[in-house]
Amino acid sequence: MAAPATPLLEVRGLGKRFPGVRALHNAHLKLAHGEVLAVIGENGAGKSTLMKILAGVQPADAGEIFIDGQPVQFQSVREALAQGVALIHQELNLAANLDLAANIFLGREPHQFGFIDQAKLHAEATEHLQRVGLDLPANTLVSDLPIGRQQLVEIAKALSCQARVLIMDEPTSSLSQHETETLFEVVRDLRTQGISVIYISHRLGEVTELADRVLVLRDGENAGELSRKEIDHNAMVRLMVGRDLEQFYDRKQHDPGDIMLELDAVRTPAHPHAEISLQLRAGEIVGIAGLVGSGRTELLQTIFGVTPAVGGQMQMAGEPFAPRNPREAIRAGLALAPEDRKQHGLILQMAVRENASLASLSRDQKNGFLNFNAEEKVAAEAAEQLAIKTPDLDQATVNLSGGNQQKVVLGKWLALRPRVLLLDEPTRGIDVGAKREMYRLMEQLAADGVAILFVSSELEEVLGMADRALVMHEGRIAGELPRDQLSEQAVMQLATGTPLAA
Amino acid sequence: MKKNILGILGLLIAIFVITAVLNPKFVSAYNMQNLVKWSSLYSIMGVGVAFVIITGGIDLSIGSVIGLTASLLAFTLGKNWDPVVAICAMLGLSALIGLIHGLLITKAKLQPFVVTLCGLLIYRGMARWTTDNQSMGFKGHDQLNEIFSGKIPITDTFALPMPFVFLVVIAVAAALFLNRTIWGRYLLALGNNEEGARYSGIQTDNLKIAAYVICSLLAGISGLLFAFELDSVQPAQTGEFYELYAIAAAVLGGCSLRGGEGGILGVIIAAAVIRLIYNSINMLGISTHLEYAILGIVILAGVVADELLKRYTAKRAAQ
Repeated sequence: MAAPATPLLEVRGLGKRFPGVRALHNAHLKLAHGEVLAVIGENGAGKSTLMKILAGVQPADAGEIFIDGQPVQFQSVREALAQGVALIHQELNLAANLDLAANIFLGREPHQFGFIDQAKLHAEATEHLQRVGLDLPANTLVSDLPIGRQQLVEIAKALSCQARVLIMDEPTSSLSQHETETLFEVVRDLRTQGISVIYISHRLGEVTELADRVLVLRDGENAGELSRKEIDHNAMVRLMVGRDLEQFYDRKQHDPGDIMLELDAVRTPAHPHAEISLQLRAGEIVGIAGLVGSGRTELLQTIFGVTPAVGGQMQMAGEPFAPRNPREAIRAGLALAPEDRKQHGLILQMAVRENASLASLSRDQKNGFLNFNAEEKVAAEAAEQLAIKTPDLDQATVNLSGGNQQKVVLGKWLALRPRVLLLDEPTRGIDVGAKREMYRLMEQLAADGVAILFVSSELEEVLGMADRALVMHEGRIAGELPRDQLSEQAVMQLATGTPLAA
Repeated sequence: MKKNILGILGLLIAIFVITAVLNPKFVSAYNMQNLVKWSSLYSIMGVGVAFVIITGGIDLSIGSVIGLTASLLAFTLGKNWDPVVAICAMLGLSALIGLIHGLLITKAKLQPFVVTLCGLLIYRGMARWTTDNQSMGFKGHDQLNEIFSGKIPITDTFALPMPFVFLVVIAVAAALFLNRTIWGRYLLALGNNEEGARYSGIQTDNLKIAAYVICSLLAGISGLLFAFELDSVQPAQTGEFYELYAIAAAVLGGCSLRGGEGGILGVIIAAAVIRLIYNSINMLGISTHLEYAILGIVILAGVVADELLKRYTAKRAAQ
């Protein structure tokens, strides 16, 4: 009897809960020897949780993991590594002050009588570096390498531990186009050496290029799989969002109104030499795309007065506008739902009621005293308008799910009826249902004449929601794409500093 | 927060009842009067530092501010200053000290611990130097003595000490400020998450400065009360280590040193517990050498119990 080949790695019925969220439920996965499996899904779909469980970073609540058909349990990263499973983190974990050899063998240095055997260390390190195509002396300092090459060092480090499964979490998110191509070559090369790769990415173009098979997660569950010949952009998107795009991003055409916000050669403290000019009209939804670190968040923070501009002029509804702190921006009619909801958006330990009313307390005050009736009204209206799911308004926001937390943040601002709404990664870490509600809300606000400027790392979201997109690169606006010219390729080209072909 | 107060209130009642049963003299009018008086004095300091602790800060200079205002009051009265002017000057001085602390912490971005530790040394030194480190009294100021250290007769044997009257006024004002005004809400919000508060349009720096002003001002008022209570001022000793009692009262009363949590009533009850422990040790004939040890153990046990209770409720809420 010819049994089918035993998969290198198999996962059955994996589940994980966090307070208020079901991060993963009954997840399955099979990985053959020398296979590149792409795992895709929107933010909050459970990709990171699945990978963390596989790499021993956190334990699962339910389910089984098999390696070569043998059940295994990982209590720590070390145990996972001993079984040959290595995670290459999104944030690199190298010690910048040490050389390549020292990093590769950190904690496992060949030694005699407590002294490190430098000759052996460097010889072996050089061998592993060559496997990932790095022709560098092993005594090069990590801090001297560009980020793309540091990632290859991470891979070399994993290989030196006899890793058979490499899990790469968004490996290209901060790489240039050239660095990305180098990485792909290394991955293809590893595949021929029988090493399997689980590749997590938001970039569907990369997935199409690289993957042997695609696994799609949605809301913590398997949404479907695509074999090599089934992989195409639309099929992936359909599985990710669970419906056709047009339905998901329900955008209507409406004519933009007057200019609400105008920036003229504004410079932010983060990129003091880059000048940014833009216009935002009432009723318009403008997306800002770009790589992590391209200055998108910093731009919103400068407009909102968190980090005041170091140069240039701003106008709000035709009036000069130079906020020195968020309060002045709020008074001028702006609101910001920040990227880091827990640090900047909410007072986590405080109740839904207190958070929802925090920005409008001073408007509703009576000689400095709290107006409890007005507070109740603001919170109840937010809960109703945004359908916030909470047992009651006195619930601490820390106990709410990501989507409901985000709704509380928005409720806080909508009570003030802002004229310009800034959204930084508005759907990060929230489930698909809450995402749809968020998109509907954005559409509705725009129809009511609110000007919306949103930053997003999810290209689908920018393509689906924006009337036009501004793409940032190294602190500057590298280009503007009107809706009819918006495409994943165009955005990525601008984001990585490649000019668009005329 | 309600549970918090119940716990500390239970402790107060337990110690009270045990001591009363073991030594009937404990409930004598004279002893009660003393207990109320000292509890009030500690409470006023504790309420002040509670505001600072709610912002996530600390004030180590309270004892020295008490020493400085008490010493300078005796000194200026000795120089025949008008009493009203002298008292206003002391209140102004303590508020100014708080303002300087607040500015150094928010604008120069120094750590509260460091700023107020330096304050502790500086104000003590100033008190000793200005007064040439002489002990001073308040002879001939009977009227002031009545205001700060007098008594309001209630029964034939029991009279309410003036510090208690001060405390009631201060506590009501402080509780209203913290729980009923927008600034009180802002203070709690910024103590929980300063950046989050700033992103919501709250002027966090101004509020923090206000908290340090309130703290030092209440320390200054305590200085005046202690001065007349003790009847004489030793610039080197008056108020020494009192900041530690104030902080202990605030923490035992439910303020988290991480900030964002706390209530006025809890602090007052906790201050009373601290004074009650002292009194009980005396009343029960326990060696006074054990005073500090017992005080430390009770505060530690209180904080541990509070932490365990919090974890328990958090766990139940998660399920």
